[in-house]
Amino acid sequence: MKLSLHLAWRFLRDGRAQSLLILAGVAIGVAAFVFVASIISSLQRDLIARTLGAQAQVTVTPREASSRALLEAPGALVARRVEPPVPRRRSFDGWPRYARALERTPGVSAVCPRVSGPALAGRGASEEAVVVVGADPARLRRIIDLAPRLVGGRYAAGGDRALVGDGLAEALGLRVGAPFRVSTDRGAVTLRVVGIFDTGAAALDDAWVVTSLRTAQTITGRAGDVTELDARVEDLYAAESIARSFAARTGLEATSWMQRSRDLLIALRAQDQSSYMIQLFVMLAVAMGIASVLVVSVVQRRGQIGILRAIGTSRRTVLAVFLWQGVILGAVGAVLGIALGVAFAIGLGQVTPFPIEPEPSGLAIAASVSLATGLVAALLPARRAATMDPAAAIRGDA
Amino acid sequence: MSAPLLEAVGLTKSFGEGEARVDVLHDVTLRIERSELIALVGASGSGKSTLLNLLGLLDRPSAGTLRLDGRDTEQLDEEARTELRSERLGFVFQAHHLVPALTVVENVMMPAAVRAGGFDEAARARALALLASVGLEGQGDRWPRQLSGGMAQRVAVARALMNAPPLVLADEPTGNLDTQSSDQVFALLLREQAERSTALVVVTHDPTLASRCARVVRLVDGRIVADGPPDQVLLDTRARRV
Ligand SMILES: Nc1ncnc2c1ncn2[C@@H]1O[C@H](COP(=O)(O)OP(=O)(O)O)[C@@H](O)[C@H]1O
Ligand SMILES: [Mg+2]
Repeated sequence: MKLSLHLAWRFLRDGRAQSLLILAGVAIGVAAFVFVASIISSLQRDLIARTLGAQAQVTVTPREASSRALLEAPGALVARRVEPPVPRRRSFDGWPRYARALERTPGVSAVCPRVSGPALAGRGASEEAVVVVGADPARLRRIIDLAPRLVGGRYAAGGDRALVGDGLAEALGLRVGAPFRVSTDRGAVTLRVVGIFDTGAAALDDAWVVTSLRTAQTITGRAGDVTELDARVEDLYAAESIARSFAARTGLEATSWMQRSRDLLIALRAQDQSSYMIQLFVMLAVAMGIASVLVVSVVQRRGQIGILRAIGTSRRTVLAVFLWQGVILGAVGAVLGIALGVAFAIGLGQVTPFPIEPEPSGLAIAASVSLATGLVAALLPARRAATMDPAAAIRGDA
Repeated sequence: MSAPLLEAVGLTKSFGEGEARVDVLHDVTLRIERSELIALVGASGSGKSTLLNLLGLLDRPSAGTLRLDGRDTEQLDEEARTELRSERLGFVFQAHHLVPALTVVENVMMPAAVRAGGFDEAARARALALLASVGLEGQGDRWPRQLSGGMAQRVAVARALMNAPPLVLADEPTGNLDTQSSDQVFALLLREQAERSTALVVVTHDPTLASRCARVVRLVDGRIVADGPPDQVLLDTRARRV
């Protein structure tokens, strides 16, 4: 191995101009790979943060009572009218147990029991329809993080303290510290604004009143109860399958963002695919570049390879010499290309509306892909070199 | 009597198939003893290189047997033959003398590096000593393209001797050189052969050079037509030429 690595290095050094040229090619290819991956993943991170930052990735609720057809048989034509069930107040029996089960489910990284209910918020003569959201503030942060989006006040909830969106604050003329009225058919309470958030999602900013679980339970008349369990998952795209299997296991209803935000899902998938295609074609071009340079090198070095074989260099060593050349080109190209790609991506990030941050995992993938590409590209030339007939190579004929 | 160093019996070599078949060697039988010095002579195209390639395990005969140290080399696979080349044989070729991608001393070390799996310091010291003995002291870190033809061929001689092989095969080692370097390289080969008592088979066109070898083998159209001391075989040439 030491010998083949040394010879590989010598061959690359000997064909300096060619080696540098192909190295530049590999570096540019890897840079394009890293650049595309960084932009797409940053774009997606931004898109996801803006769209999914305001909703739970997986939501678990008690099963909805649904109307069923009376007769269901293949080919049977049944006239029916589906009557939606009358909305009624369902309680989420045994939710603490389900919350623990959901927390232990592989792939789930955080769970937050939450109570939500409609109410009217008012101050003086103005009134707005709102959604009272109650949850443990620390748990809620791991699902929907309002803390970094505060434009005033601080992140706290409980007692009579509540967080409101900037839309609602404006509509009611609320400032931090201001009291306001929250009423339902069961009565009214007075809360105090402790913080104002701006998430960019109108559904939250114009309507949410976030308090502690206890306060919201009191307002909505659900003592000890919750309306849903929200969860965050480790792999965004595993949300649907986690939701499905949890629903099947517990008989509860579980939905994922993938169901709720189909358009976003399709957009993300299309971006992923175009990014993979670009990366695939770039690396194919790199592989062909390396392969053609090495094939030429094998042909040019026929005589040298013949001599090496004649004086006892094994086929395996000759094979390794050319595989190493591919690996070295892939490795050095990866280092240069990653540096170049990251520099480009960060440079572009200065002028994009969203930050571009290359992911370490993406860089690791780029490095492995580059190494593998170098190795695979070297296979054919290496085989040609190793199977060369030394007598013919020394004679210098085909 | 112990087994000869190398014993070829009934070697035949053909290239190509059917119509295009060329029979290059016919029924060549040759024994080479330890530390023997043999000149192989013959007209261009008579099959000298082909025979040397067979003796050097670089090619396989179409028929016949070849024993090296009493071992039948035809039974061995390519890997074992490659190993045998590295351990028992040294080569000096007319063209492509050195590997231009390697330094001079690395070229010399190469046969040892193949054995050890890498270049090591002990081998480097031996290679530098060999370079000194062929008159190339201090040239180890130069590149082959910086050397003259005669110097390059002396490096090739040093390389052939690196593993102290019992048999060195030299195919027209002086063919590309001017008379002065040619004489130098040939003298060097003979001196090293005598000092190290390795066997040497050297192909040459030059009767003066051939006459310095104890035994001369003449090849005509792929057959050995004469094998004996130079005065017999080379006189024979002159007789033929007249
Ligand atoms: N690989 C080959 N294929 C076909 N013919 C060959 C091959 N190698 C050698 N020959 C032929 O064999 C004959 C002897 O060649 P060679 O051994 O090189 O002769 P010499 O070294 O004595 O000049 C020549 O006619 C040459 O054309
Ligand atoms: Mg020849």
